[in-house]
Amino acid sequence: MTSDPTIFEIASRVRSAEVAPDHFVRESARRARAGDTGLNSLHAFLSVQEDTPDVLDGVLSGVPVAVKDNLCTRTLATSCGSRILAEYVSPFEATVVLKLLAAGGVVLGKTNMDEFAMGSSTENSAFGATRNPHDPTRVPGGSSGGSAAAVGAGIVRCALGSDTGGSVRQPASFCGVVGIKPTYGRVSRYGLVAFASSLDQVGTFGATVEEAALLLQIIAGQDPRDATSSNREVPDYLEEIDAGVEGLTVGVPAEYFTEALDPEVRQLCEEALDRLRKAGALIREVSLPHTQYAVPTYYILAPAEASSNLARYDGVRYGMRAPGTDSVAAVYEASRTQGFGGEIIRRIMLGTFALSAGYYEAYYGRAQKARALIARDFERVWEGGADVLFTPTSPTPAFPLGERTQDPVSMYLSDIYTVTANLAGIPGISVPIGSVGRLPVGGQFLAPRWEEARMLRAARGLEVLLGGEVPEVGWDSGREPSEGEGE
Amino acid sequence: MSGGVGSSEAEYNRVESVIGLEIHVQLRTSQKLFCADSTRFGDAPNTNVCPVCLGLPGALPTVNGEAVDLAILAALAFGCTIHEMSVFVRKNYFYPDLPKGYQISQFEQPLATSGQFTVELGGERREVRIRRIHMEEDAGKSLHDRVLGCTVVDLNRAGTPLIELVSEPDLRTAAEARAYLQQVKQVLEYLDVSDCNMEEGSLRVDANVSIRPQGSSELGTKTELKNMNSFSNVEKALTVEIQRQVVLTRSGKRVEHLTLLWDEGKGEVRPMRTKEESHDYRYFPEPDLPPLIVSVDQSEAIRAQLPELPKVRRARVQHEFELPAYDAEVLTSTRMLADYYEAVAERMDDPKQASNWVMGPVLALIKERSEELEGFPVAPEDLVGLIDLVRDGTISQTVGKDVLRKMLDRGVSAERVVADDGLAQIRDSAQLERWVDEVLTANLEEVIRFRSGEKRLQGYFMGQVMKASRGKADPGEVSRLLGRKLEN
Repeated sequence: MTSDPTIFEIASRVRSAEVAPDHFVRESARRARAGDTGLNSLHAFLSVQEDTPDVLDGVLSGVPVAVKDNLCTRTLATSCGSRILAEYVSPFEATVVLKLLAAGGVVLGKTNMDEFAMGSSTENSAFGATRNPHDPTRVPGGSSGGSAAAVGAGIVRCALGSDTGGSVRQPASFCGVVGIKPTYGRVSRYGLVAFASSLDQVGTFGATVEEAALLLQIIAGQDPRDATSSNREVPDYLEEIDAGVEGLTVGVPAEYFTEALDPEVRQLCEEALDRLRKAGALIREVSLPHTQYAVPTYYILAPAEASSNLARYDGVRYGMRAPGTDSVAAVYEASRTQGFGGEIIRRIMLGTFALSAGYYEAYYGRAQKARALIARDFERVWEGGADVLFTPTSPTPAFPLGERTQDPVSMYLSDIYTVTANLAGIPGISVPIGSVGRLPVGGQFLAPRWEEARMLRAARGLEVLLGGEVPEVGWDSGREPSEGEGE
Repeated sequence: MSGGVGSSEAEYNRVESVIGLEIHVQLRTSQKLFCADSTRFGDAPNTNVCPVCLGLPGALPTVNGEAVDLAILAALAFGCTIHEMSVFVRKNYFYPDLPKGYQISQFEQPLATSGQFTVELGGERREVRIRRIHMEEDAGKSLHDRVLGCTVVDLNRAGTPLIELVSEPDLRTAAEARAYLQQVKQVLEYLDVSDCNMEEGSLRVDANVSIRPQGSSELGTKTELKNMNSFSNVEKALTVEIQRQVVLTRSGKRVEHLTLLWDEGKGEVRPMRTKEESHDYRYFPEPDLPPLIVSVDQSEAIRAQLPELPKVRRARVQHEFELPAYDAEVLTSTRMLADYYEAVAERMDDPKQASNWVMGPVLALIKERSEELEGFPVAPEDLVGLIDLVRDGTISQTVGKDVLRKMLDRGVSAERVVADDGLAQIRDSAQLERWVDEVLTANLEEVIRFRSGEKRLQGYFMGQVMKASRGKADPGEVSRLLGRKLEN
């Protein structure tokens, strides 16, 4: 489906009235429904709608966009993959959705996700797992697995997700698409249902770097409704995206290339670095000495914030209320026990513990200090002359469904290379660098805060250098799993 | 109690109480602290709400700058240091009227600290240190009596801006605590940062109280008192609780650290259920709000807006208008009244007479009609017009009070009322003499008694003449006439 029109082409054809405004929306809706039928259905979408664009002369006019189910929409439920919000319809649109609509984009549907964005496989959804478009026995990654799978399967060319510890970049890597996590504060979080507020950022998926970049261009910028959004001017991300990598200093952090890294993924990374070097980039080994603390730090801070952010789901005002309970405490307990999945409950308990009197300093307090050290590691690397960093996105390609659901720590480790960007507030992008068998593998570029343009230039440069060697982006709904695969 | 083991009961023969107050004040902003909803009191339940104050998924708070400015103004009035950076935190607990499951407040880094305030009570002064003033949002209201068998929740109040003003435990008696609260309220009213209505809950107070042997510098185990919704309840509850602690201690028992609710009906305190107080609030910095930055320029600009505060104004008014201390205190009890008085006094050459009018008839009328001075329709210059009519003898003092009432009812000047109702005093000597003669003729017996020495009957004759004239006779003239005729 590389022959599918890009979002630039779609919008151009809609703007010129060459096709009906909803032409591509209807085609994507058809593919979404086809993908979600049959034994090994992709199950990328929780809802699909066929809508016509509000704006016919916008940069995204008529472009269908898949939207993660933790972004508020007025016309479709926003469940966050949770029973507790199964029927919840928001009375307002997320700011990023409003911007999308104002540019002529159309919300094709809401995509499946790990409940409240907690997970790395999209298996923690109350509505069933999403499958990897390249291998239905494997996970699409997560938590934005539905959005990544929708792009990877060729249902849409672009999608919105959210990235708290790697939830855009890791599934992008697993599904063979591009995924961007912007600088913290670059994109409004208003209408993004909070998981860990100091780490959450809305991100974009694209079939190509340019498409993901265009979507970012549309949603970026200050929002008076989000006090943590920045008033910095948003540069034109496409202006110098094709400037190439020549002269760019690419740092390679030694701490990201350890035994945990799958040898084949390592090889693909080295090949990518080789291409970059040959194209004139300066490859330098660098050190981020506090990297080993990133995952433990993340798993204190994110659950701590989540334990507070998820307190509002108590069965009192909206969402699921457990029936047959007659005291306030019983309503809370039953609604939350029945409404939340196991991973949510685990993290709420972790976070509650980390914030408790007597433990706060030892856990939350120390994690904040570690976070500052991790951010300083990056500052030093930039000061040392690195323009961007290149790392693997995840230690392995997509793993089999069910493999890690009983082992939370192994699941958490699939975000080992992505959580640092969230802790430091810096932007990151995952771009396909090849495949292991038919499983795509992504490489990650990281850049200083607010330097998305430079990061996009590097990612686009690598995309061009790798040319046709990236796995074909597309999911053949007719392709059945080979013998012995599937559940 | 800290000195527990060593302190004998005898030491508690002379005890002193140690009291600190936490005062929650709703700020008078039109919009809530973190969203644009109205803060109006008394609207239909759940009408002044939006995704932010309802705590809907995806909604985020943004700080209302007006509320910050009012909080700074209050903190400056209490002599606090304003911190250039303060931090909002989440105070986590579950309650149906707390939509987010946490209250956005301030904790370790409040807006302002280290203030001081002087309480005056019966000529004594007490210095009270203000520990901190921080900002936070109010919760909604749980209503237990509106729907049978249910608790219902009204979230109109959720998100209303509050400041919490925390004193050090520097107060020593229940009466002092009451005076402190009243004087703090007076300052807040002067600042116009709050309407300070205790009944509507815009001013709420909790107290911490402990006892210790007089002269000790150690602190005993304190209890926390809640649910006192008037000045007198604060004093009563503290009196009851101090007595309870004294009785406990004298009988050799220990005071337990408890949270107590004041029961106004029974006049007693009762412990809150332990479940209600065993909170671990799990404070942590609010990640949705960057630290609150208040530049020195900003706080200095606000300092320039500080009005003259009550004690300073009272002293100035007393001195400038040469008034008795009592008059100055009453006249400066509210900023509005002081403004009114000064406007009247400046237009006259007799400030004491202005004081008598404002403290007397004007305040009586306001009280009678349960009105606020705000919007009192008799403008200062109109009151001066009325006073002038009394002073030049056109009308009597008594008639003057009636005229004031009519001015209020009709919205016209004193001259107009006097003209319309024909109230001008009668000084025509022929007419006055006729009334005097009538009265003396009709009361011959009293005239004889008067002449035989019962001089106090002069007042009786005076009253009869005034009655005959329906109050319009010039009392000075009548008095002179009566004197002349009765001596004959």
